[in-house]
Amino acid sequence: MATLRAPGQAGTDQTPGYAGAIGGLPAVGGGGITGARALRRMARAIRSNGKATTGAVLLLIFILIGLFPGLIAHDNPNAEIYKPALGPSAQHLLGTTGLGQDVFAQLIYGARPVLEIAIGAGLGTTIIAMLIGVAAAYLGGVWDGVLNLITDVLLVIPAFPLLIVIASYLHGADTTVMILVVTFVSWSYTARQLRSQALSMRSRDFLEAARVRGERAFYIIVVEILPTMTSLLVASFLTNALYAILFSSGLQFIGLGDPNQISWGTMLYWADQGEALETGQTLWIIMPGLCIVALGAAFALLNYAFDEIGNPALRPVRSMQKAERRQRVKPAR
Amino acid sequence: MSFVLRRLGFFLLTLWVALTLNFALPRMMPGNPAQVMIAGHRGVIPPGALKALEAQFGLDNHQNIVLQYLHYLVNMASGNWGVSLTTEPGNSVAHAVLDALPWTLGLVGVTTVLAFILGTGIGIVSAWRRGGRLDSIMPPIFVILTVVPYFFLGLLLILVFGVKLHWLPYFFTYNFTLTPAFNWPFISNVLEHAILPGFTLLITTIGTWILTMRNNMITTLAEDYVRMARAKGLPGWRIMLDYGARNAILPNLTGFAMSLGFVVGGAILIEEVFNYQGLGYLLLQAVDNDDYPLEQALFLLITAAVLVAILLSDVATAILDPRTRGAR
Amino acid sequence: MSSLLGNPQPTGSPSRWRSGAILEVTDLSVDYIMEGGIVRAVEDVSFEVSPGEFIGIVGESGCGKSTLLFAIAQLLAPPASISGGSVIFKGQSLVGLTERKLAALRWQDMSVVMQSAMNALNPVTSIGAQFSDAMRAHGVRSKAEIAQRSAEVLKMVGIDPVHLKSYPHQLSGGMRQRSMIAMAMLFTPDLVIMDEPTSALDVVAQRSLMVQIKELQQELGFAVIFVTHDMSLVRHFTDRLMVMYAGQVAELGATTRLFDSPLHPYTVGLMEAFPSIHGPRVPLTGIPGSPPDLGNPPEGCRFAVRCPKVLDRCYTTAVPLYGVDGQQVRCLLYENGEARG
Repeated sequence: MATLRAPGQAGTDQTPGYAGAIGGLPAVGGGGITGARALRRMARAIRSNGKATTGAVLLLIFILIGLFPGLIAHDNPNAEIYKPALGPSAQHLLGTTGLGQDVFAQLIYGARPVLEIAIGAGLGTTIIAMLIGVAAAYLGGVWDGVLNLITDVLLVIPAFPLLIVIASYLHGADTTVMILVVTFVSWSYTARQLRSQALSMRSRDFLEAARVRGERAFYIIVVEILPTMTSLLVASFLTNALYAILFSSGLQFIGLGDPNQISWGTMLYWADQGEALETGQTLWIIMPGLCIVALGAAFALLNYAFDEIGNPALRPVRSMQKAERRQRVKPAR
Repeated sequence: MSFVLRRLGFFLLTLWVALTLNFALPRMMPGNPAQVMIAGHRGVIPPGALKALEAQFGLDNHQNIVLQYLHYLVNMASGNWGVSLTTEPGNSVAHAVLDALPWTLGLVGVTTVLAFILGTGIGIVSAWRRGGRLDSIMPPIFVILTVVPYFFLGLLLILVFGVKLHWLPYFFTYNFTLTPAFNWPFISNVLEHAILPGFTLLITTIGTWILTMRNNMITTLAEDYVRMARAKGLPGWRIMLDYGARNAILPNLTGFAMSLGFVVGGAILIEEVFNYQGLGYLLLQAVDNDDYPLEQALFLLITAAVLVAILLSDVATAILDPRTRGAR
Repeated sequence: MSSLLGNPQPTGSPSRWRSGAILEVTDLSVDYIMEGGIVRAVEDVSFEVSPGEFIGIVGESGCGKSTLLFAIAQLLAPPASISGGSVIFKGQSLVGLTERKLAALRWQDMSVVMQSAMNALNPVTSIGAQFSDAMRAHGVRSKAEIAQRSAEVLKMVGIDPVHLKSYPHQLSGGMRQRSMIAMAMLFTPDLVIMDEPTSALDVVAQRSLMVQIKELQQELGFAVIFVTHDMSLVRHFTDRLMVMYAGQVAELGATTRLFDSPLHPYTVGLMEAFPSIHGPRVPLTGIPGSPPDLGNPPEGCRFAVRCPKVLDRCYTTAVPLYGVDGQQVRCLLYENGEARG
């Protein structure tokens, strides 16, 4: 996602002084906002934002396809039993491949590996980046320096060439390997972002308050810092999922995926090998690409919408929760 | 000054890490790398090359790993990059790389600079005229564009302009029936072949510049010093340039270097799609043939090139932003 | 003082401004148009400024004072915009003027000093460059003149002109703030608008800066509109004082009168919150409660929920400004032009 991938971008709040007033902070001492309310707020925000809705719906469709491919496509995607290079027809919605497989079936079954990689690598990258980034910010000193150096070095080495080299030594990557390798290459960018946000929070008042209350470092990190970083974590997950799709399909396209797996990237590989463009088997080569674009767009739209919804909507919820809790825990002095 | 020196030190460190990764990775993988290479060529290897390979991978076991490592470092530094099995048996890696280098330099260099300049310019204008037509249609278009895989866009363009319309050629760097020379027919042929790949690269990379510059500009334009510039009665273009763009571009410069890594990745894929005989194409050929020496050399070269670009953009930042130049 | 830059060119019809007020704000309202609705940050504010007068505007955070300032200086940015009223500066109405026409009188006749010089100065250009671009925008071409005038204004605020070459981050906070004031003096304007210029400084620097501002004002004769949330500052330096609450004018009058006999219960609360160091010891009181949500303002008096002297009528009656002996106050207690209970 373009807006997040350029480092150094200011995350400054442009909201004029009355954003809080519009947000309608409920009267202090009233009900407060629980976690359920927060989710409902988010759901409302998603529904009201057109981009987010489109993205969410698209993603949902693909997830359903990935979970229940058999319900939609009735042919075995691997079976090379049909006449090759057929055009679209009633029996073969998108025609057949150069090897006699049903394109539509391949497309449907190919969704699952892509989703697995996207979500797996997206989560993996975000989690590792979070661990390293927040730890570096909180520990400070030598630890920060060391972790920072490692992050920066890995950040600067070009990702795709490194990916190619590693995959080449491994002689191809199936889903699990793909997730691991993509995570390895991607975590450093997000780690840097998370670290700098965590750093900016170190001196914030509510953390000082926690420290003065005598809370331990672990508590502070997990209960105070992380929830405030929720919007950045969500955005990072979405971005990394998107890049995982692009990276993995790129690798598969050049033959470094698992050529025997049915996935959109490998479909493109076989189509390219089979000279689909020149021989007029357009659907075979175009459809998987379009699916990649569609799934990627789902993540990107959600991301773009979160950029807009993100901070203002989630922050007041968070601080009301805090105020609520502070009120409940009356110090016995 | 110390800022630049520190960055230089960092880059040397990174280069060293890349070198070490290159050295360590094949040895960590299951199997014997040299044997894999040999098996891939079924004995069509001149004996001299075989010896060199074994030495490279330490299979003669006469040296311990530390000495191998030092030997490797020395070799890399001195340009002794070994023997390639891909281009012609026995051809030196250095030679193969130098053949492919100018093509990639031309393609990637020109399009990246163009994309940066155009993208930044469009981003500035679109942020300045916030709410104008340019600003409302651009972001969605470019959000979609960033999602399209580089190679897929290339395939689409080939489909439309190459296969269906027959307007432009779409494979190789030039028509091989021509002999390379500094005359117009040859050069124009080269340019013709470069249009589709170059255009693909331009389109896929420009979106990022436009969006990030626009967003940075919008943030910058909300700053107090821009309001102050308005209060002073400065003309609009001066505010846009001196107060807006000059500040907004700073994070972009850092981003430029970082995204160069992605541009390189994209270039590799695009060269593959268009069979464009540059470094990317060479790398993929090496991968296909398990030609490890060539792979390693290319990976190092690409990394070094990206590092140099980052260093240059750091220098530019130091020039433009007095705050990085150090203490009061 | 350089005569070229020292004498302002009169703008607008001469008769009006020579007759008294250089600034007349009438029923000015500012709206923020947001996705959730419209927030009226400033409502029907009216006041006048005479030449050379030092007016203070006080109120708590969010009362609209900074928005009011920017509205007067025509420096609002979306989503804020002026939704009603007029601003007449030296006989010329500013609202609705094109940027071109505004640019002519900007800085020459009216200049602005902002709260944080670190944010208000361009971080990538030198102080001198920022002085000179203001001058060049108003037709001063000669490098020698620019250099001379820049040095002059810096010396006025007690900064060595060698710092013209410095970048903002190289100066201390106090120096930065003073160089902003110096910049505002470049054309010796008739009106200088200051938005909490001392808030970013420590107490000692604050005082010295205020003294400096007051001295400059008396020497050069410009009027000042000074926004702050610090009551102790306004007491010693301002001629007249306007107290704002929830986007409206709560009280307006001569400073000494206001301090001696504050009328509006809010003003009373403010005074009591800043006890005098010389006076008798009193328990520290605040004003309980918080300001209303301006997206959904209450029907009646906006201060009613926090007012110690509230009447039933206060919750339902929209309260206008009443005049009491030269002071203006928005409170039903003074309906008949004099204090009630």
